Amino acid sequence: MTRPTPETLAHRASAATPATVAAAVAGTHAAVTVSPTPTTGAGSLVRSLEALGVEVAFGIPGGAILPAYDPLFDSKVRHILVRHEQGAGHAATGYAQATGKVGVCIATSGPGATNLVTPIADAYMDSVPIVAITGQVARKSIGTDAFQEADIQGITLPITKHNFLVQNAEELPRIMAEAFHLALSGRPGPVLVDVPKDILQAQTTFAWPPTLDLPGYRPTLHPHGKQIREAARLIAQSRRPVLYVGGGVLKAGATDGLRKLAELTGMPVITTLMALGAFPDSHPQHLGMPGMHGTVPAVYALQKSDLLVVLGARFDDRVTGKLDTFAPDAKVVHADIDPAEIGKNRHADVPIVGDARHVIDELIAAVSGTATGTGAYQAWWHQLDDLRERYPLGYEEPTDGTLAPQYVIERIGKLAGPDAIYVAGVGQHQMWASQFISYEKPGTWLNSGGAGTMGYAVPAAMGAKVGRPGTTVWAIDGDGCFQMTNQELATCALEGIPVKVAVINNGNLGMVRQWQTLFYEGRYSNTDLGTHKHRIPDFVKLAEALGCIGLRCESKDDVDKTIQAAMEINDAPVVIDFTVGKDAMVWPMVPAGTSNDEIMFARDVRPNFEEDDL
Amino acid sequence: MTKHTLSVLVENKPGVLARVSGLFSRRSFNIDSLAVGETENPDVSRITIVVNAETSPLEQVTKQLNKLVNVLKIVELDPVQSVQRELLLVKVRADRSQRAQVLETVELFRAKVIDVAPDTLTIEATGNPDKLDALLRDLEPYGIKEMVQSGLVAIGRGSRSITTGPALRAA
Repeated sequence: MTRPTPETLAHRASAATPATVAAAVAGTHAAVTVSPTPTTGAGSLVRSLEALGVEVAFGIPGGAILPAYDPLFDSKVRHILVRHEQGAGHAATGYAQATGKVGVCIATSGPGATNLVTPIADAYMDSVPIVAITGQVARKSIGTDAFQEADIQGITLPITKHNFLVQNAEELPRIMAEAFHLALSGRPGPVLVDVPKDILQAQTTFAWPPTLDLPGYRPTLHPHGKQIREAARLIAQSRRPVLYVGGGVLKAGATDGLRKLAELTGMPVITTLMALGAFPDSHPQHLGMPGMHGTVPAVYALQKSDLLVVLGARFDDRVTGKLDTFAPDAKVVHADIDPAEIGKNRHADVPIVGDARHVIDELIAAVSGTATGTGAYQAWWHQLDDLRERYPLGYEEPTDGTLAPQYVIERIGKLAGPDAIYVAGVGQHQMWASQFISYEKPGTWLNSGGAGTMGYAVPAAMGAKVGRPGTTVWAIDGDGCFQMTNQELATCALEGIPVKVAVINNGNLGMVRQWQTLFYEGRYSNTDLGTHKHRIPDFVKLAEALGCIGLRCESKDDVDKTIQAAMEINDAPVVIDFTVGKDAMVWPMVPAGTSNDEIMFARDVRPNFEEDDL
Repeated sequence: MTKHTLSVLVENKPGVLARVSGLFSRRSFNIDSLAVGETENPDVSRITIVVNAETSPLEQVTKQLNKLVNVLKIVELDPVQSVQRELLLVKVRADRSQRAQVLETVELFRAKVIDVAPDTLTIEATGNPDKLDALLRDLEPYGIKEMVQSGLVAIGRGSRSITTGPALRAA
């Protein structure tokens, strides 16, 4: 009856120290030490946030969390009062994606907490490190259906990496340190800490650093040498390899290494929606994005490949199309920090568990000995270059005199340049923003990839701007998405967060309408939002009512002028209503559930891969 | 589909069972049986789960379970290399005319009578699922009024303990 077991002790020894957690969170190496000091649970919570190096938290107070807001009033942690808890959650996500640090959001019990559910699910799908702190009713009331009670721990069980219900005030510093460590390390993700009100009010002692107690948590960071050598051997042998790069490479900060590996081997590179910016779009080895709205060369490369080298990606159905016919001739080297992703959707011939940075560094070392150079892939590049020439990304000018949405987005990308951060909502505008803006640097493209959360853009842009105030942040939003979360523009106006929002206003739920055009015989059931027909709401007036500058652009000639006008305003948020045509569609397209081989370059235009086979 | 017995060592903390069972339902894995209790270390609980799965989904189950922060270790117990037991309590109709025959069956299966009423006998039996099935088949003709069964628990044969042995590593 030894307690704890030697094994438990061994795990504890290998766990990260809170000092390293704090350093990682704050982005510094300053470790905080505080000798035991009497305070309340609320004081302990806020001092933990300070010790962890948190600079900003997004939230809304309410009954159960109220005790925490008192010490927060005097804290050096900046609290940004949002207008809806969903805004707090996405802002934390945008902040985390733009800075690589943990984003923090705070809500009260019950509806406050449940309003965080969507952003938490969103962060879970895209592996974003956020910590959500929620108030809970007092312990003696838990389970009694008390006022504003919700079992938020139970509700968020399937959408958090881990969650905590704090049982006594003494454990607060340890739980906060664990929450931040879990959120940021391994495969990042959201962590929720639910704190009952009586614990916030209780007298306790705060001391720092605490000792982490996570015996069951030990992510594998370093890949197995044998697997790396096997991967290098396959790379040398292959004739039609593809580097299939996912968001994990961005999260690991491995983009320099990726470029080195790509250039060393000469392999073509494709970056998924979550990985845009991990490899420069302008790089000659970049084929673009794979998947439902990927480029023809990228989709073709996957289908015809004999070796996929997959780094930090997860074979999402939007990438693979019909799984049985995906990349039928390819062997798969699959590297991911999460072992459960390997073999989940596609069998891996060479499974590699590890952090993308270590995996890439070791792959570079391994292929350096066996590098084949671009020579071995010459025939492959010949085919791909031919496709690139014949099937470039593009769009047709509308014939009805309306403004092309793609043109607007393309011009924003050109005028704001590769240093700006672009944050998209979900739908057609998101896909066009992924296609027609050139991403050259990591952390310049934020979107809701896995969950597809409409309404993500405005609050996420707000969070990104708070995290990187010196950088221009453009939200590229749709008129449908914008109406879901634009209330956070009031927050931006009052808190001095001058984001720029381009509403690509086609008057419709555009992507749904596109599917109705293609698959429901043009029966447009409930997709017309009336934003064109009735100008309800008037986005310019709405922007002004929210304390922003509102601009409108309806013709091609005015596009550059309007963008430039918006770029000259740096003391207030700007909203531009770009009134665009409703009939533009996103191409290429692999219809949902079909094979990648069925890719359509444009309506009724299918590249024939068999004929293209050279 | 084949049955697999997983021994899952978890931190003895509130809500851990919900995390484990919730994971099974949301990843659409089927649980045949589940039993949970403390181990020799009061900080650690042991969950024995019987799943009906092909090898590849089983590997997914194991990997997903391993990701739960409160899960310490997972070991698959080989049916030959382990002892597997369930507990059965069954109330059988047994009036004067049938009682002797029922008692004979009880004897045969090394079960026990734990409660007697004028028209019923309540029987306790432990064993592997096959034995308990056989017992139930024999008792069925007399009339089973009520029965309750525990989840399966299992332990490896020999002197080695799973707290020290290697964990199930599927990658």
